[in-house]
Amino acid sequence: MKASAEFIKSFFISLWFMLLTFPILVIRVNTIEKVVEWRWRNMAFIGIGSFLLSFVWRWLLSRKEKGRQPAETGNVETLPLGRRLLAEPRIYRPALTALALFTIAFPLLFSSYQTNIMTTALIYVMLGLGLNIVVGLAGLLDLGYVAFYAVGAYSYALLNHHFGLGFWAILPVGGLLGALFGILLGFPVLRLRGDYLAIVTLGFGEIIRLILENWNAFSFGPSGIANISRPGLFGISMTLNEATIYIYYLMVALCLFTIFVVNRLQDSRIGRAWIALREDEVACQAMGIDKTRTKLTAFALGATWAGMVGVIFAAKTTFINPACFTFMESAMILSIVVLGGMGSIAGVILGALILILTPEYLRAFSAYRMLLFGTAMVLMMVFRPQGIVTNIRRVYRYGTKGKESRPAQA
Amino acid sequence: MSSGPRFDMDYFLELAIGGLTRGSIYALIALGYTMVYGIIELINFAHGEIYMIGAFTALIVASVLTMNGMTGVSVLILASVVAVLYAAAYGFTVEKIAYKPLRQAPRLSPLISAIGMSIFLQNYVLIAQTSDFLPFPNLLPVLPFMEPYSHIMGSTELIIVLTTALATAALTFFIKFTKLGKAMRATAQDRHMAMLVGVNVNRVISNTFIVGSALAAIGGVLIASHIGRINFSIGFITGIKAFTAAVLGGIGSIPGAVLGGLVLGWTESFATGYVSSDYEDVFAFCLLVLILIFRPAGILGRSSVQKV
Repeated sequence: MKASAEFIKSFFISLWFMLLTFPILVIRVNTIEKVVEWRWRNMAFIGIGSFLLSFVWRWLLSRKEKGRQPAETGNVETLPLGRRLLAEPRIYRPALTALALFTIAFPLLFSSYQTNIMTTALIYVMLGLGLNIVVGLAGLLDLGYVAFYAVGAYSYALLNHHFGLGFWAILPVGGLLGALFGILLGFPVLRLRGDYLAIVTLGFGEIIRLILENWNAFSFGPSGIANISRPGLFGISMTLNEATIYIYYLMVALCLFTIFVVNRLQDSRIGRAWIALREDEVACQAMGIDKTRTKLTAFALGATWAGMVGVIFAAKTTFINPACFTFMESAMILSIVVLGGMGSIAGVILGALILILTPEYLRAFSAYRMLLFGTAMVLMMVFRPQGIVTNIRRVYRYGTKGKESRPAQA
Repeated sequence: MSSGPRFDMDYFLELAIGGLTRGSIYALIALGYTMVYGIIELINFAHGEIYMIGAFTALIVASVLTMNGMTGVSVLILASVVAVLYAAAYGFTVEKIAYKPLRQAPRLSPLISAIGMSIFLQNYVLIAQTSDFLPFPNLLPVLPFMEPYSHIMGSTELIIVLTTALATAALTFFIKFTKLGKAMRATAQDRHMAMLVGVNVNRVISNTFIVGSALAAIGGVLIASHIGRINFSIGFITGIKAFTAAVLGGIGSIPGAVLGGLVLGWTESFATGYVSSDYEDVFAFCLLVLILIFRPAGILGRSSVQKV
């Protein structure tokens, strides 16, 4: 009885989706040759697909409902298996060593093409970690993150082009300029509610891109800037292959630096203020935290990272144009943070590697890349808002065993 | 371009009418944002995509009909009706999938889900249809009595402005006097209280999405006929601008959305006419940033005090 009701429900859902996707997915009009192409096969796919997926959807929803009950009573005793394995020193020490060795040996084991892809992935790791400060820790939705990335990239490209300044001189300058723009934008806007911030940062990202595209005298317009010099190493001249490997190691070092900084920030006074602010603004203000200044620090720090990565990006590709900095780029960095787990460093790294490397190695995927990102963002929010890797939150409990702190799931 | 902007009356009127037309369409789309925000306090990022899907559906239906030998106003009416129905269906489905499971979630979650939905819908149309700009046939009829004024205001412009006025009037009537409209206002004021007095809140929210999406589809058909070409990404920028219009007028307020749309339309029209046409989109964003800084509640909005 119940099973048949489920079947009927799914049947109607599949009918609904077949109807819904009918004009866009089935009909394709060629307005020039005046022919209509009917793609009935797509309709069959949608019908079968939505019929099956509706079961999965309902099952996941009911599982989520069930999962909520124990969480509410506050007795989350069992940690997930992966977490328990990693807590064991006998396992995580060799694993970490193996990972470090693999990272170091990567350019020696694989071709420079692979190294290049890995460097790109590391760039996104850094961007993700930077955005993680803003979105994950402080809970501010920044949809124009790419604007600060563009500021960094263009400051290196332009200063290099006009004054011949080198990579190492500009790296901090790019970061500072990013922070400056972050403060300039954040100062008026951070007083507002979170969703306004989202739309203003989105607008700001577009403004920066449009200015770069239209102000030809300043930014060379849509054609971009080419022949940006690669980072130097005490004036040693390098071949293209060596330079690729050098940038890879540089990126690894910078990623480690970022991880170190973000990790330290998380447990600092300001980091705790961010997390508290994310959870409850009013309570936070009542505790005497300067809301605007705390938010501004998060925003500026996130922008600093984007600015620095922008410099590295320009130095790596040696060519930039405004088309590198579209909203889709911001959306991609955001989905890295969301997919990996907001506030979790390991999660963001994992998210970046998955989202950047999967489309590179599965070429068939790459056309559907943004489609899958969008889907992943919705599904993550609905079913697993904490991301792949759950951020462990410290919980202090009063109990019979006295003052002990133990990790519990957020 | 070389002669610089003109400063005579005809040019001014042309820009004013252009701004009015543009603003009307922003207003139609802004209504959807403002209604949804009024009820569940969510920026529905996918709303711009609903408008784009409305325009695509109209294009597809109109093309199939004209290829089968249909002409005239009947094509316009059929295409519009199908576009409105489909946009409403998409709006309804998007709400059910991406927002309804997140009613109790923290504020950031539905917002991210909305962005995901927007990216998904854009790429869905991109993959299913094409990435090129498609020519959109001008479906709107040419009114002979507007002929003498066509250098200032063509019949397309007149139809757009009139349709917007009519749609807004109908919406105002609907919200003010029908039972569902009352339920919507009650839900917007206090969702829990509305639930207690027997309003089916989920149905009200669904209906809000349906009405808002239908209005967006009307806007989609009109703007596509006016500009004459569409592609999968038109919803993004127009969506942000319509949202700007909603914020400008005071989000949550229906006359505010219309007023905001018109102000934004005029700002863009005059700024591109007298200053520079390269930075068309920049003006809208600057206006948005300025309002949010100086008057975050908007022109007609009341500043709300956060309840604890």
